[in-house]
Amino acid sequence: MQSFNLQTQDLRDLNAALQAQAEETNQTVWEVENPRGSHAVAVGLNAPIEVNVRGPVGYYCGGMNQQATVHIHDSAGPGVAENMMSGTVVVEGDASQYAGATGHGGLLVIKGNASSRCGISMKGIEIVVHGNVGHMSAFMGQKGTLVVCGDAGDALGDSLYEARLFVRGSVKSLGADCVEKEMRPEHLALLTDLLAAAKSDAKPDEFRRYGSARELYNFHPDNAY
Amino acid sequence: MCGIVGLFLKEPGLQPELGALLSKMLVTMSDRGPDSAGIAIYGNGTAGLIKLTVQSDTPAQDFDGLDVALGTALGGDVTVAHRDTHAVLSLPSSKAPDARAALAQLRPGVRVMSTGDSIEIYKEVGLPAKVVARFGIDQMVGTHGIGHTRMATESAVTTLGAHPFNTGSDQCLVHNGSLSNHNALRRRLAHADVHVETENDTEVGAAYLTWKMREGATLGKALEAGITDLDGFYTFAVGTKDGFGVLRDPIACKPAVLAETPEYVAFGSEYRALADLPGIESAKVWEPEPAQVYFWNHGAPTPAGKAA
Repeated sequence: MQSFNLQTQDLRDLNAALQAQAEETNQTVWEVENPRGSHAVAVGLNAPIEVNVRGPVGYYCGGMNQQATVHIHDSAGPGVAENMMSGTVVVEGDASQYAGATGHGGLLVIKGNASSRCGISMKGIEIVVHGNVGHMSAFMGQKGTLVVCGDAGDALGDSLYEARLFVRGSVKSLGADCVEKEMRPEHLALLTDLLAAAKSDAKPDEFRRYGSARELYNFHPDNAY
Repeated sequence: MCGIVGLFLKEPGLQPELGALLSKMLVTMSDRGPDSAGIAIYGNGTAGLIKLTVQSDTPAQDFDGLDVALGTALGGDVTVAHRDTHAVLSLPSSKAPDARAALAQLRPGVRVMSTGDSIEIYKEVGLPAKVVARFGIDQMVGTHGIGHTRMATESAVTTLGAHPFNTGSDQCLVHNGSLSNHNALRRRLAHADVHVETENDTEVGAAYLTWKMREGATLGKALEAGITDLDGFYTFAVGTKDGFGVLRDPIACKPAVLAETPEYVAFGSEYRALADLPGIESAKVWEPEPAQVYFWNHGAPTPAGKAA
């Protein structure tokens, strides 16, 4: 196990060391102590390693991740797992705004609440939030899945393309062109897998599904302001 | 960007450390805004006296003999505590209404940073570490305080454009964001006879809150009215003589983190600002909700809460 203490060691050195790990590395488990809200901890990784971050992080932790598992054992600042390509990012606490923004792949699990704009412009990432999400979540989501075990804030799924949204609790309001849709067996199967992967004990049949009404794909004079 | 910090002490034993804790929080936020920095600190006032914190670009000249000159003009005792480009004038509260005019007459180059029973505002152009050092803010004692480090957007980088802004007695405001309707609002305030000194958007925000409170609103109600009347992006931290509040606009793009322990309530633009506070590991840490007023008051011993 490799250990890094950000109270005494440099963040750039940590990221350089993590980014230097190759697919066949034998340094597979890393511990990061005292991040103290630092920005961009464990970003740009591209190896099947596990990084445990022990403490709150600031902006962009786990950003651009590929293959790696980044486990934040506390809360995360804005933009956690932003533009993730593959791998897993787990946040034990709360996540600030735009968690998982623009993510192309991989799994982001937030065990607390996520604030506004969770999954904004998501492009294939799968996000499971054990708690609530704030307003404008999945705004312009193109692909992927957002699962919310708690409640969703205002304007969920505004201007949505093809991302799939599942909410167990209440939805304060739906955004433009976002509608509730029928839950079919393939959706229950997808939810079962995602909830298991995210270690949530929520039941798939407790959720409702939301998606795009596809009314904004083509110009319509009624949509012009 | 801009960086904001605030610290409201519930435990009186921490009061000697207020300046040191707040300074450290502010310096940590330096890379969110290098243009100017300022701190409002609420110390213990003296009954019957009011404090004017003033600033001058030529302090040696302006503050020399000011106690005697102002005392004579007002017909009362005035003391001057000189700190770098600032000075705190203490004078009988009854003389406060005449003090500004007398000061403008005696020392035209002197600008009033704050007035109130307990508030003192220190602000200058430059990095927080430099600003904190020149005023000795890390040595200051008090009950609560607010700090700001600025990345200028809406108006010039000057001492008067620095935050915090004080427009009413013992009230101050710091702001991360930008208000887009400040010119229209400035005209509205002028009709209501509310004086705004600078071209700065935040000062208009501060003046708006002062005006609302003058009209009878509590700080909580004034902030709530601001959600409708203030257009733009903002995370505000506000201070009153015995209270501290936070408000984010409904879109809530500007970051904010609150932490609470039995000893204090702390606010920062980022968690980094809070990382060195005593007992932060066991604090309740959360992100304030959009369009929700959070307010704590020394006068109200009830647990911290949200103003209705």
